[in-house]
Amino acid sequence: MTKQAQHTKTKRYGMVIDLDRCTGCGACMVGCYAENNVPFRKDETDKMLSLNWLRVFKVDNGKPFPDTEVCYIPKPCMQCDGRHMEGHSPCVSVCPAVATDYDEPTGVVSQIYTRCFGCRYCMAACPYHARKFNWWDPVWPADMEKYLNPDVSVRMRGVVEKCSFCYHRYQKARDKAYVEGRDEIAENEYQPACAEACPTRAITFGDLHNPEHEVYELSRSKKAFRLLEKLNTNPKVYYLTSKSWVRRKADNYLEGESPADRKPAHKAETASH
Amino acid sequence: MTTPAIPEGVKRCSTRKFAIWLAVVGAVLLWGVYAMFLVWYKGLNQTGMNDAYGFALWIWADLAVIALGGGAFFSGFLTYIIGKKELKNIINYAVIIGFICYSSALLILALDIGQPLRGWFIFWHANVHSMLTEVAFCLSVYFGVLTIEFIPVVLENPKLDRVPFLHHLSHNLHEVMAVFAATGVFLSFFHQGSLGGVAGVLYGRPFSFREGLLIWPWTFFLFTWSAAAVGPCFTVMVTWLTEKVTGKKLVKQEVFQLLGKISGWMLLTYMIAKIADTWYWAVVTAPSKGFALMDFYTNNPVYGIWILIAELVVCGLVPAFILISRKGRENNTLLLTAMILAVIGICINRWVMVLQVMAAPLLPFQEWYMYMPTWQEVATTILPVAYGIILISLAHRYLPVFPQEKELNPGN
Amino acid sequence: MFPFIFEWAWDIAHLVFMGALWYALSIIGAGLTYCIIKSLYDTATQEGGDSAHH
Repeated sequence: MTKQAQHTKTKRYGMVIDLDRCTGCGACMVGCYAENNVPFRKDETDKMLSLNWLRVFKVDNGKPFPDTEVCYIPKPCMQCDGRHMEGHSPCVSVCPAVATDYDEPTGVVSQIYTRCFGCRYCMAACPYHARKFNWWDPVWPADMEKYLNPDVSVRMRGVVEKCSFCYHRYQKARDKAYVEGRDEIAENEYQPACAEACPTRAITFGDLHNPEHEVYELSRSKKAFRLLEKLNTNPKVYYLTSKSWVRRKADNYLEGESPADRKPAHKAETASH
Repeated sequence: MTTPAIPEGVKRCSTRKFAIWLAVVGAVLLWGVYAMFLVWYKGLNQTGMNDAYGFALWIWADLAVIALGGGAFFSGFLTYIIGKKELKNIINYAVIIGFICYSSALLILALDIGQPLRGWFIFWHANVHSMLTEVAFCLSVYFGVLTIEFIPVVLENPKLDRVPFLHHLSHNLHEVMAVFAATGVFLSFFHQGSLGGVAGVLYGRPFSFREGLLIWPWTFFLFTWSAAAVGPCFTVMVTWLTEKVTGKKLVKQEVFQLLGKISGWMLLTYMIAKIADTWYWAVVTAPSKGFALMDFYTNNPVYGIWILIAELVVCGLVPAFILISRKGRENNTLLLTAMILAVIGICINRWVMVLQVMAAPLLPFQEWYMYMPTWQEVATTILPVAYGIILISLAHRYLPVFPQEKELNPGN
Repeated sequence: MFPFIFEWAWDIAHLVFMGALWYALSIIGAGLTYCIIKSLYDTATQEGGDSAHH
């Protein structure tokens, strides 16, 4: 650990998703849709036109029955720290109108819907396809407008949106702590909707800087890895798996290379510091 | 026919014939305008784009017309700053073509944003670290410069020239044109470059990402250099097309050959740099991200290695060698073929740096993303072509664009 | 693009970028102003000269 401060005031909120536990039930997606007022259309056949802040991918080991193995990979925004861990995530530095920002105190990459004018450069920059465009104005089924979350603004046609790690929940928790005269918020006070919705507790969320938070140890596990680490985007979403073939699906390898040659995820991150 | 509005000593077709021509092209223009309003009214769901293809046909069209419109700044540089007097015979036309290209690019950019009414945010809330901000500023300001360069040509219309103030304005603008041309070169260097930077800085996209100098990836310099190399080829190509349509010689062959020679050397040096860049990317940059060269050219129905060969060899080295050889330039067919190939080459380069970047998958469990433009996208991309033809037709009819026309067509 | 706008920072990036922009705009503005004023002057003096002949 070089500059990774221990239990500092600067948080680095992150997520660890245990793929061995994930059953692909999709509860995280449902939780996210409901919490963040993510609109949907009658026909969602084309997933590249669907708005989803978190999408569960299904991958398999490519072997025929009976050796077939399946794994589900939930993929929210990776909340990248950027090449030099300074917050210049692939999307933040390219936005021409400062409509997306890296929040220094939390490490969350935000999107300002009323500032975004829909050039979609951030979408071109994001290697994870985490950013979604509002191709249509949202249309809610009858009466559903009454059930929208009042803490999250709905978005209009022509702007980009993305997972915010349920930042409004962080704001609420912080406000509560302030009222109660506390400086810090507890681990369980700020949890995103997907982590709460997961029935198998595959999603763990917390401050990657804080040794008291569960994610601290989990992200340092030998089973931990991140998607497309070679790109040096430094995501704050970690995955756990005990299966080597799943690990291989997470990045690109030249002939003869293997995930085993890679440094553990948190060390790779420190090295690129 | 001649009327008081038509320059003296040149022959133009009848008003009736001209009106029919304008009506035909105008119909295409209206088709594009209809599609444009559909896009503005209904939104970008009218396009074939999706979350994988945030950038598509329009961005390619922007990059391509700006590269081809580069003939204006480079010819201006050669004429006013280097002092190549022969090029005064084509500079007016280069400016008009540039004006058309840049106004088209701005129009397409206005279409290509999800919230067009917020388009001004890019200036007002500028993020100076974004290549797109640099593009927007330099492109808009340079369009202003092109307009200033175009005004004196318009003011030379016989009717306008009779107004004393306009006559003097035209004269005075001509007098200080070198200042505007130099500013144009400065702005062009940056916006052509930053268009290259748009793709080059994407470090999450190994297909387009390039190392570079300070904040500028190598694509920054490659885009500027290639626009300067191929822009004049496009100017000559359009001039040749105009000659074919009007049925008369408008510019002396020596002017074409001179531009061909300069373009040839620019293109050859560009190709050397581009090949070096491609080689370094293929053996160092891409492998460091886990990609072998052929990963980008296999397992998909469109992007084979042919596209790289077409860009670098058939439409790169071949036209460069034709243009640098005297024999090549003196043979009209070869000269023109080389220039058309160079134009195609640059269009392929811009296509690859936009569309193929979006197409190539990054996560191993994802497939190549394919894209098909809708008729609305095609119509709005053809719209600037129709607009360009109309503007060129009007300019050719009413303005003394070609100083050598009278001399080359003495029978009129 | 102006110092009074929210995003503005007095850092090197803004100074270089906006400095170059305003420099280019000033040159264009000055050039245009010169041409317009000179043309107005030329028109006025020429017309004055013409009327003196009549």
